[in-house]
Amino acid sequence: MPETPQRPASNLPPLSLHIPEPRYRPGDTPDFGDIEVPAVEAIPRPSEATKPDAMRELSYGLVRVLDFDGQAKGQWDPKLSPERLRTMLRNMMLTRAFDDRMFRAQRQGKTSFYMKCTGEEATSVASTMALDRTDMVFPSYRQQGILITRDYPLIQMMNQIYSNRGDHLLGRQLPIMYSAPEHGFFSVSGNLATQYPQAVGWAMASASKGDSRIATVWCGEGSSAEGDFHSALTFATVYNAPVIFNIVNNQWAISSFSGFAGGERTTFAARAVGYGIAGLRIDGNDPLAVYAATQWAADRARTNNGPTLIEHFTYRSEGHSTSDDPSAYRPADEATAWPLGDPIARLRQHLETLGEWDAERHEAQVKELDDLVKTTQKQSEKLGILGHGMHQPFETMFEDVFEEMPWHLKEQCDQMLAEREAKFGPNWKPE
Amino acid sequence: MSTETKTMNMIEAINSAMDVMLERDPNTVVMGEDVGFFGGVFRATAGLQKKHGKTRVFDTPINECGIIGVAVGMGAYGLRPVPEIQFADYIYPGLDQLVSEAARLRYRSAADFICPMTVRTPFGGGIFGGQTHSQSPESIMTHICGVKTVIPSNPYDAKGLLIAAIEDNDPVVFLEPKRIYNGPFSGYYDRPVEPWSKHDASAVPEGHYRIELGKAATVRSGEALTILAYGTMVHVTKTIVEEMGIDAEIIDLRTLLPLDIEAIETSVKKTGRCLIIHEATRTSGFGAELAALVQERCFYHLEAPVERVTGFDTPYPHSLEWAYFPGPVRIATALTKILKD
Repeated sequence: MPETPQRPASNLPPLSLHIPEPRYRPGDTPDFGDIEVPAVEAIPRPSEATKPDAMRELSYGLVRVLDFDGQAKGQWDPKLSPERLRTMLRNMMLTRAFDDRMFRAQRQGKTSFYMKCTGEEATSVASTMALDRTDMVFPSYRQQGILITRDYPLIQMMNQIYSNRGDHLLGRQLPIMYSAPEHGFFSVSGNLATQYPQAVGWAMASASKGDSRIATVWCGEGSSAEGDFHSALTFATVYNAPVIFNIVNNQWAISSFSGFAGGERTTFAARAVGYGIAGLRIDGNDPLAVYAATQWAADRARTNNGPTLIEHFTYRSEGHSTSDDPSAYRPADEATAWPLGDPIARLRQHLETLGEWDAERHEAQVKELDDLVKTTQKQSEKLGILGHGMHQPFETMFEDVFEEMPWHLKEQCDQMLAEREAKFGPNWKPE
Repeated sequence: MSTETKTMNMIEAINSAMDVMLERDPNTVVMGEDVGFFGGVFRATAGLQKKHGKTRVFDTPINECGIIGVAVGMGAYGLRPVPEIQFADYIYPGLDQLVSEAARLRYRSAADFICPMTVRTPFGGGIFGGQTHSQSPESIMTHICGVKTVIPSNPYDAKGLLIAAIEDNDPVVFLEPKRIYNGPFSGYYDRPVEPWSKHDASAVPEGHYRIELGKAATVRSGEALTILAYGTMVHVTKTIVEEMGIDAEIIDLRTLLPLDIEAIETSVKKTGRCLIIHEATRTSGFGAELAALVQERCFYHLEAPVERVTGFDTPYPHSLEWAYFPGPVRIATALTKILKD
């Protein structure tokens, strides 16, 4: 290799490499006082047909509806009926009850893995409520609220988490990687942001067929750094695809803070600007803002006005997953210091302010949902839990690699069945 | 099925396969870089956009991850996408979407969702394409669980196999040997190119027909040895064998996965010798898999060690490409050796 020529000495300081560092580490006292939270009344709501260039400020602002006194205000107020608001509250509360129960099940050794969405319930529940039930969603891994909102049977979610006899995915997928086509819910991959271009493809197909359905897709701020994210935005803007992109900016990607995805320099919604896509940065802990933004984007997509990128500005209150220990890299009380509160508490406060809810009803609902989850869990566990017996016929391992099993898989399947017989004898049955 | 045949080169046959499928199945879509108005850098999609419309045949951004990724989504919607990757060497940016998404979708969702996609892509050297327009990545494809890998060697097969691939409900990587797009290649780069019109396989039915995936073709029957080849190398092999007057049985694999193991086994057990020829690099090439299979299944019928003739384990060089290519000298040397043993 030839020698690199030396640059002549100059009076410039040497170059320095910037390695992002979060502001607070364990032991520090977090203070988010500098996060700008605009007054609700001052936030403009442009028409759904507005050209992206004419609404750039919304990529840098913060769309809000609920003020901190529990009042719904401003142009973005979706003016939902009390009944709808109570449904929204219930869906979020059920999501949280489900999470708590399944987290505990993992800790009790009943499954290998779980991921909670605590503090982020609004980003999937309120968003899904603003969509049509036939719109297709391409979730990432923390959108269990979508299935709950679309009334997917809880027991099927649990069966999947336990990889038990009732798991219609035959125990092939890591817990929480659901698939529910009848509920417009695409198979969760486990790879990051791969669903982004897929959602665009689905939306392109819908548009090319003159359909009315749109696609919507989720990723985290961390995985917005993936190439797939940028591939998706490029295709979406080129073909004006009817798709809604959601970035759930919960500040943390396992132990990497949002700075490692570029969050120190600009907002995530601002990524839309360079692509000529509408961008909305919203308070992700304000369920009504999430609903309103999604409704705006859905109307825009459905009327051939193109894609929207929504950054849900929120906070991941729990660890990344059951395999994570956030106390190793961030202050334990960061979640409580988060200035945008908790979505369930905020919607509850709003309903109470309206006189449509009270502490007694709330407590009764907490108990009702907890009982529902517990009862369902018992039913699911009757179908088996992970690691306690093998619940699927062994042959299922080889099925669905292809529509028809080719000879080499048949041979390998026979080999495996012989291994099974050697170990368990000829009469083995799924447990 | 139409019985009318027309003389076609491989490009025309591939074009005709897509034309037939666009006509028959409203869910078939063709997309890729430069495939629309222009008709593709190799002309494989010439005229298709004009005939079938812009929403059925269209250009894409230069983004292979996006091309394969959106095709997965289109498949989930119910379309039958036929994306083109302009050169097989460009498929790598889209590999994650192929390996982790397209190939696994049926499995991970227990057939809730499927990916009936056919990725067409020209591969192989011999056109002075340098190291980024000459690669043969077939063994990377066969190593993925859930993808079928198909390589035609003539116009008739190309059309029938491509139609079968498009109609298949699983992802297929359809590798087109670009050196023989316009005519079969003898292996002698310094001789004039023969057009397809002089070859029997250029008589291609104009309508719909299928060649079943997973079935090899016997190009030449013989007793002296079995030669396993595919794509361009089928023609190179045939030329050398005929020049040397060797009674070889040449098997054109046509589909690498699923492989026609029966055809291979029957032939090798008959001849007792097996030579494997491919243009791709040697180490971990598809020849290694073939050699292992032959050894496992035909060992007691073998009269000589299984031999491989391959490209070298270097990037494909530009000016020295004919020194890299597994041409007449390399093949003749291997033939002499395997028949002497």
